[in-house]
Amino acid sequence: MTTQTTAKTLGQSAVRTEIAAIFTVALIGLGIVFVAGHAQASALHDAAHDVRHATGFPCH
Amino acid sequence: MFQKLLTSALFAGFVAGLAAAALQLVFVQPTLLRSELFESGALVHFGSGSTPVPDMPFAIDPVRDALSVLFSALIYSGYGMMLVALMALAQARGAQINARTGLIWGIAGFVAVQFAPAFSLPPELPGNAAAEVGARQVWWFATLAVTAAGLWLLAFGKGWVPVATAVVLILAPHAFGAPEHADYVGPVPPELAGLFAARALGVGLMAWAILGTLAGYIWSREEPA
Repeated sequence: MTTQTTAKTLGQSAVRTEIAAIFTVALIGLGIVFVAGHAQASALHDAAHDVRHATGFPCH
Repeated sequence: MFQKLLTSALFAGFVAGLAAAALQLVFVQPTLLRSELFESGALVHFGSGSTPVPDMPFAIDPVRDALSVLFSALIYSGYGMMLVALMALAQARGAQINARTGLIWGIAGFVAVQFAPAFSLPPELPGNAAAEVGARQVWWFATLAVTAAGLWLLAFGKGWVPVATAVVLILAPHAFGAPEHADYVGPVPPELAGLFAARALGVGLMAWAILGTLAGYIWSREEPA
């Protein structure tokens, strides 16, 4: 009984860690795409200009 | 888990980004450089009869092209992280992730990120008329999100309710309409704009196919962690 409960608790916390990892990675990815592809700071815009056009991002 | 996600995403993203940059420099850049001649006014097309196609031999501009390679690798690494995160979620719900299913994931990613937005906001050449950039970005991200959700429902939904919901989600941004410019003012010849849009989408499809296949392959080979 106690072993079962412990295993279940462990399982739940592992799933929670996995979901946290998945969301963290997705958010970092979204952040990179936003900064590299969409942020309007002019230095960023000029550096990424050709790629932004070629990937079909709204550029300017 | 975190490490496995990052390994698959960054390696696949970096390779896909390099491939995208190489394809872009060979196939897309010449149309961009030609359009800049019209954007700057060095060449004029409309109202002047006809303009001979400007000669544009393949040439490397070191700083400009290195920045393109860098940003291409960055952006596809970002895409890779989002793609692999969704793959991991699907696997936790019983889906198989490998190189073959990865290819389908990659094509679906291309549809969500490039094709669906381009359906109403076609890839723009420099100098094209376009609505205010902030409004277009909001529409772009919203279209990406609802298209991805729709594709997920098509792939994993059971019964007709998810399919019907997916159709509504995928069509909604286009029925609602993208932010539009009020006038046609683009100085660039339509022949050039058409070639550019087709090339941009084609390069995107190739890069996403590589991204999905590689991400699926590496994901299936990595030890669970």
